[in-house]
Amino acid sequence: MLTTKVFFRKTKGGNIFKTVREHYLRDDIYCGFKACKKCKARSRDLVLDEEDTVKSSLIPLSYVLILDTNIILDQIDILEEDVITNVIILQTVLEEIRHRSSNVYKKLKNIIKDSKRKFFVFINEHHRETYIEREPGEKINDRNDRAIRVAVKWYNNHLSFDDYNIKVVLLTDDVENRTRAAEDGLFVLSMEDYITSLENSSFLLDKLSKHSYTLDIQSQELFPCHLTPIFVQGRTNLNRAVDGDIVAIEILPDSQWSAPSEIVLQDEENADDADDADDVSENEKVLAKTSLLKTKEKIPTGKIVGIIRRKWRQYCGILQPSPIKGNVRHLFVPAERKIPKIRIETRQAEILSKQRIIVALDSWPRNSRYPLGHFVRALGNIGDKETENEVLLLEHDVPPSHFSDAVLSFLPKLPWVITEMDIAQREDLRHLDICSVDPPGCTDIDDALHCRNLPNGNFDVGVHIADVSHFIRPGTALDKEAASRATTVYLVDKRIDMVPELLSSNLCSLRGGEERFAFSCIWEIDSDANIVNTRFCKSIIRSRRAMTYEEAQLKIDDATQQDAIAQSLRGLNQIAKQLKKRRLQNGALTLASPEIRFQVDSETHDPIDVEAKKLRETNSMVEEFMLLANISVAERILKEFPECAMLRRHPEPPQSNFEPLIKAAKNQGFIINTNTGKELAQSLEESKKESNPYFNTMLKILATRCMLQAVYFISGMHQPEEFKHYGLACPIYTHFTSPIRRYADIIVHRLLAVCIGADATYPQLLDKKNNHLLCQNLNYRNRMAQYAGRASVALHTHLFFRDKVQDEEGYILFVRKNALQVLIPKYGLEGILYLSNSTSSNSITFTYNSEDQSQTCGNIVFRAFDPIIVQMSLDRSNIQHEKLIFKLVKPEIPDFSVPPLNKETVNIIEGDSIKETLKRKAEIQQESINIHNKKAGKKKKKKKN
Amino acid sequence: MTDPDQEDSQGGLRSDGRRALELRQIRLRMGVFGQADGSAYIEHGNTKVLAAVYGPHQPKSNISRNSTKAFVNCQYSMAVFSFTSGERKRRPRGDWKSQERSAQLRHAMEAIIHLELYPRSQIDIFVEVLQVDGSDYCASVNASTLALIDAGIPIKNYAVGCTVSLINKLTTEEEEDKTLATGVLDANFVEECSPGVTLSVVALPETNNEVEVDGSGLIVVAHGAGQRLHLSRLEALKKRALQGCQDIKEILDGGVRHHLTANLLPSFLHNSLE
Repeated sequence: MLTTKVFFRKTKGGNIFKTVREHYLRDDIYCGFKACKKCKARSRDLVLDEEDTVKSSLIPLSYVLILDTNIILDQIDILEEDVITNVIILQTVLEEIRHRSSNVYKKLKNIIKDSKRKFFVFINEHHRETYIEREPGEKINDRNDRAIRVAVKWYNNHLSFDDYNIKVVLLTDDVENRTRAAEDGLFVLSMEDYITSLENSSFLLDKLSKHSYTLDIQSQELFPCHLTPIFVQGRTNLNRAVDGDIVAIEILPDSQWSAPSEIVLQDEENADDADDADDVSENEKVLAKTSLLKTKEKIPTGKIVGIIRRKWRQYCGILQPSPIKGNVRHLFVPAERKIPKIRIETRQAEILSKQRIIVALDSWPRNSRYPLGHFVRALGNIGDKETENEVLLLEHDVPPSHFSDAVLSFLPKLPWVITEMDIAQREDLRHLDICSVDPPGCTDIDDALHCRNLPNGNFDVGVHIADVSHFIRPGTALDKEAASRATTVYLVDKRIDMVPELLSSNLCSLRGGEERFAFSCIWEIDSDANIVNTRFCKSIIRSRRAMTYEEAQLKIDDATQQDAIAQSLRGLNQIAKQLKKRRLQNGALTLASPEIRFQVDSETHDPIDVEAKKLRETNSMVEEFMLLANISVAERILKEFPECAMLRRHPEPPQSNFEPLIKAAKNQGFIINTNTGKELAQSLEESKKESNPYFNTMLKILATRCMLQAVYFISGMHQPEEFKHYGLACPIYTHFTSPIRRYADIIVHRLLAVCIGADATYPQLLDKKNNHLLCQNLNYRNRMAQYAGRASVALHTHLFFRDKVQDEEGYILFVRKNALQVLIPKYGLEGILYLSNSTSSNSITFTYNSEDQSQTCGNIVFRAFDPIIVQMSLDRSNIQHEKLIFKLVKPEIPDFSVPPLNKETVNIIEGDSIKETLKRKAEIQQESINIHNKKAGKKKKKKKN
Repeated sequence: MTDPDQEDSQGGLRSDGRRALELRQIRLRMGVFGQADGSAYIEHGNTKVLAAVYGPHQPKSNISRNSTKAFVNCQYSMAVFSFTSGERKRRPRGDWKSQERSAQLRHAMEAIIHLELYPRSQIDIFVEVLQVDGSDYCASVNASTLALIDAGIPIKNYAVGCTVSLINKLTTEEEEDKTLATGVLDANFVEECSPGVTLSVVALPETNNEVEVDGSGLIVVAHGAGQRLHLSRLEALKKRALQGCQDIKEILDGGVRHHLTANLLPSFLHNSLE
């Protein structure tokens, strides 16, 4: 049967067009019941039966549920519980959800896919008996509601045969729909009634979304109605927007514009504890005052008048302790500071108060100070390392560490043996003395090296990369999973693999003494480190030994060792030095970021000691050859696939990014030239200070912060000029060398395999748009993995400093208006030393000079890069966010600094590094006598440099 | 016609409710004009096409005057009001697309007409697309074939056009369009616009009669539109398209037979009775 759908569409220009589409109605759509004899469906479509449904006190018989759209949209968390089974999802509902919320739609699709849940999609819109036309004047929502009712009715009729007693229950929270359905004689319930009628329902009740939640007291309205223009600084202007929402704003008149503050806001703990409407926290008041005073730095200021699209997700956090015992209403404090507290209702507060929990946002009525939400699940006890780890994984959207059975089914069967055919297809390089060099404890070894002398005096150098693409075939569940994970996430005590462990630590890992498949990149390099020729091949190798950086370094340095590996390493090291030199000459940046290693207790996995990562010659040796391999591969795949090669680029940062660096260096009398990468590299190298050996490193740390993120991209999507890698100063780059832990490398492997005729292409590999989307995912996951890694380091630092107070030498990285940002090189740690604390009422005042970025107190001046000594301790008063507290030890300021813990150690350090501050103290004293000369003198200084 | 194992609970149906290998409703009439030597009207769902054949007649141009074969002249035009989206087409014919379609139509028709029977003569085929809803070129081939039959011009076989489309929506979860991704027949306008490839195939179904395999036939014209097509997929698409052509041929053949028995036979009997 055929009908036509006619609808009207308005274009941007305002023209109205009529669109006519065909709509076929069918008689071969089945009901999905196993017991149904009328429908001749295939067995895999028979989803629904009468078993396993939870008993409900309201419904006497066994039953199936049909859900209205609003139920799914609001109560998806309940639906995700395994308790709810035997549900019919109508196509009308599914379509509505797809249009309303892609997030919920995805979740629903996952539930439908799970065969244990028995969710059945009934395509009512194409069924001959359940399709309805929209009546003239009927709203589309009313029509959809009617379609749902018609479908329920059809099911009732369809199932009323013989003695088959099963009830079809419509669940809807729409009151009108409910009354109409009742009029039609359908069995209809609201979600709340249904859930309460279930056996053991109390844990589900917590998850009930609070849309119908009404405040019993006639509370005053805290917020202006959307679209009424009233200006109040702070919370009211935010008008219930949550981080990530798309909002409509109204620009305020010029007179109300304000400027962003340079004050580092401290936790406003006490201020917003109370539920009072009128308390604006202390800091906000200060903020309002200062920003109104300053006139010149004003930027356009607006306020939110409407919220176009909510981007609410689930949030991690803790319950705020409730003053009244047994209260069911609680405030939830999210871990992320950007998110407001959330009001939830729970009956298990006793247990949950000690745990980290996840809460979903539901709504934010005008008369409520906080948004309303509901409890989703508990993660574990606060302070447990396990829980905290899980929190940081969740907050960074890192997928769970286990793999599904579908993914694991694509793994090769053990014992894995190399067949004759494999040998025939690959080059046999087992005779070469190949070895790998990695950090200690590394189990996913994806690169190995070799070097031997050729008769003509040149070197034969090979980089051998684990052939992961041999095991992960395109289109399999394993491939899809790896693509969505995109990268292995490294935490301090844990690794979340991109590919299952069998591959990552065994079959792909190039372990010493075992035969493994590799993708080899082999060069002939002359004695001046020029590449004579390059070739790529799939190979079989046997790594002679897996070494750590330290072992390799010892082997190179120990002249008594003359075995093949030692010679090979020496050859590699020699070439690597030349390569590095040339690379730096070309303007590659050597950047620094404080990296540390934790010594972790093998049993408890608690950190015992912290040390900064050491860099050895061998580190840079491996790095050089990886760079070389990546560049060679990038050139090759771009040549073969100009449109769809996956490359990596690092855009040049805009000059404005460098301003803090230039400013800070200038205060120390150095000029940093940032016009090109080469000039920047040069000027960074030249800026060295005899008195402060760490100065150069700090400049490099600052420079690193000016950089943009490097990203993956598809060559067809950018102009060739944009391919450049700024940091490495090479025109083209990609990732080839770590396919075990990065998905981009797998794609590059596949492309290269096609280039050398070792493998066939497949449609997605050459699909530019598809790959572009893939790149976006890779970039997003990479960023998240990086953040998660940093968060993990921070977490372990906090664990380490529990119950510890320590004096450490630090350097001032930035001078802020009310604080100093301090870097502790020993731990690679950064923290804030507050200078003016509003709570303590001491007489010490610091004067901030924004021009040369200094803080002065009495005769002591703090400038960026100055060494100081701070006392570190962990503040655990806020259980959600434990934080490190820095207190000043040296230079001493009476009433502000704290006495050192151990006099002697401080004195030793003081001996050399505090000198400079003291020296300048004297300088300033002199200068203050003759203030007018000060500026002139400074100018001269600049010229000299 | 449908392959039951390949459909999915939700994605097995296309946006208009068909399954992957189902055609739209085809309606046809022959002999719609009195003036033309042969004419036909065909509907593939909302795609509606009119075709008229004039000839064989004395050639208009000098070039084909001494040729040993008939000269086929095709004109493909789309009515200005033909778009379902309501926009107006600026020129009905003469634009690049129409010219290309005309040329391809000529290739298709030259393949089936016994041209050697009409030396030094010309056959004109005019096609007017009245409404566009996808697969318009294929519909016009079918209409032209019917018009040739109506004109009584001897042909070797039906030239049947059918489109096959890959609708690969750009989603990461492809479970639902597994069936649709292997190609759907007789695409409508929405499906043609979706990202993916649309392959228009004109074939002579069952030309090589000795092999009675499903979807055998000689492909005369094939052209793709949209994205690039990976070579590994071509064979599967071709097979599907040929199967579609065969299905359409059965419908056309039935239509022709019905037309002849319903309209011509009675009058013939009537005449002979007198």
